[in-house]
Amino acid sequence: MNLLQKMKATRIIFLSLACYLIASFSMSSAIVPLPAADQTDPIAITGAVIHVGDGEVIADGVITFTDGIITAIGSANDNIDLRNHLVIDIQGQHVYPGFVLPNTTLGLNEVSASRATQDNEEYGDINASVRAAIAYNTDSEIISTHRFNGILTAQVTPQGGLVAGSSTLMKLDGWNWEDAALRTDDGMHLNWPPMQVRRRNPQTFEFETQENEEYAGAVQILHSLFQSAQAYTGERLNLNLQAMQPLFDGSAKLYLHANEAKAIISAVRFARSYPIAGVVVVGGREALMVKDLLLAEDIPVLYEAVHNLPGMAWRDIDEPYKMPFLLTQAGLKIGLSGGATGMIQRQRNLPFLAGTAAAYGLDQETALMLITKNNAEILGVDNRIGTLEVGKDATLFVSTGDALDMRTSQILGAYIQGRDIDLFGTQQQLYERFRDKYSNQVE
Amino acid sequence: MKKRVHLIVRTAVAALLLPAGISGGFAQDNFTPNGIADVRQNAFAFTHANIYQPDGSYLSNATLLIREGRIVEVGSGIDVSAGYFEVDLGNRYIYPGFVDIYTQYGIPTLEREVRTSGAENLFSADQALNVNDAIRSNFRASTAFSPEAEAREKFRKLGFSAVLGLRADGIARGTSALITLGDERANESIIVPDAAAHYSLAKGTSTQSMPSSLMGSFALLRQTYLDASWFTAQEPRPFTDDTLEAWTAYQSLPQIMEVSNWQQALKADKIGDEFDAQYILKVSGDSYKRADLIADTGASLIVPIDFPDAPKVDDVIEADDVSLVDLKHWELAPFNPRVLIENEISFAITSSDADEDFLSNLRKAVTNGLSSQSAIDSITRIPAELLGVESLVGQLIPDAYANFVIASGDLFEADSLLLENWIRGKKHVIASDFENRDGNYQLVLDDRSYDIELVFESGLPSAKILLADDETRAVTIELTNDLISFSFAEDDSGNRSRLNGWPVDEGWTGNGRSASGEMMAWQLNRVAAAVENPVDADVETDVPDLPSSISLPFVAHGRESVPQQQDLLIKGATVWTNDDIGTLLADVLVRDGKIAEVGQDLSASNVVEIDGSGKHLTPGIIDEHSHIALFNINEIVTNSSMVRMKDVVDSESINIYRNLAGGVTAAQLLHGSSNPIGGQSAIIKMRWGLPPEQLLIEGADEFIKFALGENVKRSRNDESVRYPQTRMGVEQVFVNAFSQAREYDRRWDEYNSLSRSQQRSTTAPRRDLVHETMLEILNSERYVTSHSYVQSEINMLINVADSFDFNINTFTHILEGYKVADKMAQHGAGGSTFSDWWGYKWEASQAIPYNAAIMQQAGVVVAINSDDAEMSRRLNQEAAKSVKYGGMSEVDALKQVTINPAILLHLDDRMGSITLGKDADLVLWSDHPLSIYAVAETTWIEGTPYYDRQQDMLMREQIAIERARIIAAIGNEGNED
Repeated sequence: MNLLQKMKATRIIFLSLACYLIASFSMSSAIVPLPAADQTDPIAITGAVIHVGDGEVIADGVITFTDGIITAIGSANDNIDLRNHLVIDIQGQHVYPGFVLPNTTLGLNEVSASRATQDNEEYGDINASVRAAIAYNTDSEIISTHRFNGILTAQVTPQGGLVAGSSTLMKLDGWNWEDAALRTDDGMHLNWPPMQVRRRNPQTFEFETQENEEYAGAVQILHSLFQSAQAYTGERLNLNLQAMQPLFDGSAKLYLHANEAKAIISAVRFARSYPIAGVVVVGGREALMVKDLLLAEDIPVLYEAVHNLPGMAWRDIDEPYKMPFLLTQAGLKIGLSGGATGMIQRQRNLPFLAGTAAAYGLDQETALMLITKNNAEILGVDNRIGTLEVGKDATLFVSTGDALDMRTSQILGAYIQGRDIDLFGTQQQLYERFRDKYSNQVE
Repeated sequence: MKKRVHLIVRTAVAALLLPAGISGGFAQDNFTPNGIADVRQNAFAFTHANIYQPDGSYLSNATLLIREGRIVEVGSGIDVSAGYFEVDLGNRYIYPGFVDIYTQYGIPTLEREVRTSGAENLFSADQALNVNDAIRSNFRASTAFSPEAEAREKFRKLGFSAVLGLRADGIARGTSALITLGDERANESIIVPDAAAHYSLAKGTSTQSMPSSLMGSFALLRQTYLDASWFTAQEPRPFTDDTLEAWTAYQSLPQIMEVSNWQQALKADKIGDEFDAQYILKVSGDSYKRADLIADTGASLIVPIDFPDAPKVDDVIEADDVSLVDLKHWELAPFNPRVLIENEISFAITSSDADEDFLSNLRKAVTNGLSSQSAIDSITRIPAELLGVESLVGQLIPDAYANFVIASGDLFEADSLLLENWIRGKKHVIASDFENRDGNYQLVLDDRSYDIELVFESGLPSAKILLADDETRAVTIELTNDLISFSFAEDDSGNRSRLNGWPVDEGWTGNGRSASGEMMAWQLNRVAAAVENPVDADVETDVPDLPSSISLPFVAHGRESVPQQQDLLIKGATVWTNDDIGTLLADVLVRDGKIAEVGQDLSASNVVEIDGSGKHLTPGIIDEHSHIALFNINEIVTNSSMVRMKDVVDSESINIYRNLAGGVTAAQLLHGSSNPIGGQSAIIKMRWGLPPEQLLIEGADEFIKFALGENVKRSRNDESVRYPQTRMGVEQVFVNAFSQAREYDRRWDEYNSLSRSQQRSTTAPRRDLVHETMLEILNSERYVTSHSYVQSEINMLINVADSFDFNINTFTHILEGYKVADKMAQHGAGGSTFSDWWGYKWEASQAIPYNAAIMQQAGVVVAINSDDAEMSRRLNQEAAKSVKYGGMSEVDALKQVTINPAILLHLDDRMGSITLGKDADLVLWSDHPLSIYAVAETTWIEGTPYYDRQQDMLMREQIAIERARIIAAIGNEGNED
């Protein structure tokens, strides 16, 4: 087939499936999509290219799930029992595990520039006791834009100060935050203080870098906090110290937000001076410089700066693009997060960060792992999501093509714990409204 | 008022006449001493000296006669008549006293008021001065000058006898005074009260919001030239403004412009050209980077020699944060003066910022190939000539001030010392000759003797007793010309012998007491001179090579030379022509930078043949909305139509190269969106390595940035006081600006229709660069690209444009364009949008990624832009999202970043498609150009391969090697210290 034929063929498939989907969209109203009903019938998806999420691809694959749990996965030759199943033959389309977005303010922050819509950052340096979960707005219009690209789980995370509070893993479908929570209070977020600050000189209009004079003091505040927390017995109630106890019994992880090499070293050494088992570096822009420390300490990295500029002019032009490859090659456990790309409204592009990682060194299935298996493991929810395995949640989606490439990513349907979720959000509604307006004008 | 004008003019003219009209007896006659009169001739004859001549030669065994603070005669064979006290210099050297024409000596600085409010400071202080507080042209340093003993002493120690004192504050800084550094009172110290007029591009302590950018500074300069000539052409003046009076009055003085890099130097010189001013450019030490272009300005320079300290590289992590520019600059900066001479640039050297390193840095420059004659001239004759005061200072000629330094030897021999600095015939000791007495001595003390080593550091002596086995024992020592006093312990008891004495020919002698208190005699006899650092006697002939190449541009990924245009035959690629031919497997022939042929099985001679099989060839990507490669983005005033982004193009920005690596060949560099009427665009091609002027696309139409909505009404600043604060006000800003422009046009029409004699008796309207720009829009000489978000404001601007009978060329961002796409199409406006940005502001809440597809459906020419230095290198992927969101065809999707932005920039006749005769701006991709897996392999601009991935791989290695080499050199230097 030549290029043009290919394109035509692609479009025909897309249109036919899109018609099917739009028919189901017609139920939607002008508010955010209705949360999906629980799975009633066992479902089997056949004729699928299944990306398991652990590097394996099953051509002509079959996956079945019942009551929101995966019951079988294999190839057509495995004679999987499809009796009583609603069988959907997707004719060579792709099935992926739902992508996992770490470190996001999704649901906490609607309009970045509008203060009234911001619930992502509490006042003060030490906010160990605050919990992102309870501020998570299931009616945020941003959520559906993430689902549309295959992101089905997100670690909703507070920001700001030195200790920002606890995050929670949310299924991106639910009536309220309690329903939506997949794992509540999964970890505490610590922002390692900057060693340097940049300021604009008002006379010359140029930026200048200065030492952060408050650095040592900030580190001292952190030590004081963690020492008190470790010694905390509950005598004289202290909500912050109480909230930190799960760090010491292993039920919550400590997320160290740090990008510069020295900050990573300092943050890791800080964490290791306390009996905290689960430690993760978030950001990790210069993690490669300190890879041996991270390897020795067995600390994974949620790398964020894929779609970034290189740190210095002398660095390779594709340094940020190939960093996931280099970190993986160094033996580190890496997940991808969209935080450093700035506004949450751009984090729907998480799959394309993995796509870029695949364009610059990683093979595509390994790149896919970064936002599925690895993210789930790093966030401590790999018993439920991240890969398509029997016994795990049926949180998955169907795409006509490679979901890591914007050219071919067309998500046709998605399930969260077996619930057939509605991909048709406000943006799709607006699209149809105005597309139809001009179509009618033309006719 | 009129009187005041004349006063200033007279002062300025007096300053100019002064050098020619000098005669003796300059003492301040009206000053009454506290005591009896003490008038002296101070007549000295310095004989047997090597005297530096204005032509750079030395008169040996010569005589210098001075009297009453002036030079009387210089020459050999002069009879020293009665009335002169003879000083036999015994072959020592005499140089003209050094002149520094860029100091703030004796001139008080202003404090910058700390503003805590976020409110804009829209107006200047309410004084009868300029409308902008950064214009301080009425300041006269001579009126604020007061001698500062400590600073004066520092200058004297460095050999300076005259300095130009200025107040380096503001964009127009007023005049500086030429000041001698003797002990005279202020009245006499100032020898030229208004010696030069000063300018810069930094607003200094002004807290007025305008200018908030470099292009704002340039614009303010231009407008002030126009304002001043309009103002001072009128009698009576239309209002009172001492700054405009002074601006005009001081145009006849030397005009000195301070800039902070070579690109500013080029641009500032051009602005001078616009107003018939030739600036003397006070540059930074980076002119070597493009000395050829600096030379083309014809400007003389004032050059600092504050060579950079070695970057900190001991810490390997911190070393990674040191730029290659800083590493190379550390190596090359000491070669700057020599490179300037090689480019035949005339310059004075200033000690500013180098301070006490001045002389050692000057010597370093000489070691690095600056001739010693050029070095001396740059601190004597040339600075004097730049001010037109060469008959007063800077040369040893009759009637000039008796300002000179005496050195123990040739100034550029490392062990020669500046001994005395004579200023206006009075001696100031810099160092004593006894510093030449360093060396090894034998101390004879009764029946005992010791070996002693004596050294000097910064004029201070230190000594130690040398014992066996390299052991030493400390000696406490004090020295003057006449006295010596030292003490030390003769044994391990620690009890000290104390000795005093006086110099004799080869040492010292005297008496002292032993540790036990007995008197004794001693002699300190020199046995050997100190071991000296070897001095390269042939520094002037043995010119060292530059330690590294001066790459183009001077930044990592620059090259030794700019790539050359090639004739090309690209064979067998999938060619996205963007024209009727469509997308097909084909060969593309490029000749003279143009597409010469597209077809099957082409062959051609004398071409570089490129195998494109399995790859895709597309037109170069064009970014309609970019802010890369600019020194600044935003000016603050509501209407800044007068600012020009062309003034602030940074050709050294690495983002140019990174854009090339993303297949981007051209971009519109826009003003920001802080105000409704922004600045004039610069439209560039990514010609990496060429200077700013050559990045601009020749003959491109002119554009201007408008902006609507939250940014321009300062929504994120609760304290903002700037009009407008609502969309209602935004409309009025436009209506007002265009109405005012029409009114301005009418006034000029009226004036121009007058007869010549009527014009002579009528004041021409004030030229206003804001109105003139707005008029260009009304006259279709400039096109609008307007930042916009919500449908109401889009609709509004279309209506405003219609009512003034012009078209909005492009709505950029245009996130709700999909809601009014039919109106846009009807108006003829294009849309340049983001693929999927939304939600970050309230006005972006209903932005949808289908926007591009819907606008296209409605007949709007749609481009996808970046507004972002990172995203711009993935614009092909952003275009691809229109396939995902809205089902656009792939061909149409790619057009959004190629031919469509070319149409919006009126460049589609020569760019945007692979069509016969168009510019060969091409990208060869490894994969389908809309795929995330596609990597640009080669990017050509007009047939020149400005980016090539294979070459980039080599460059990565070269950069690593270069960094390692310089870091090693820094380490070695550290070990030597």
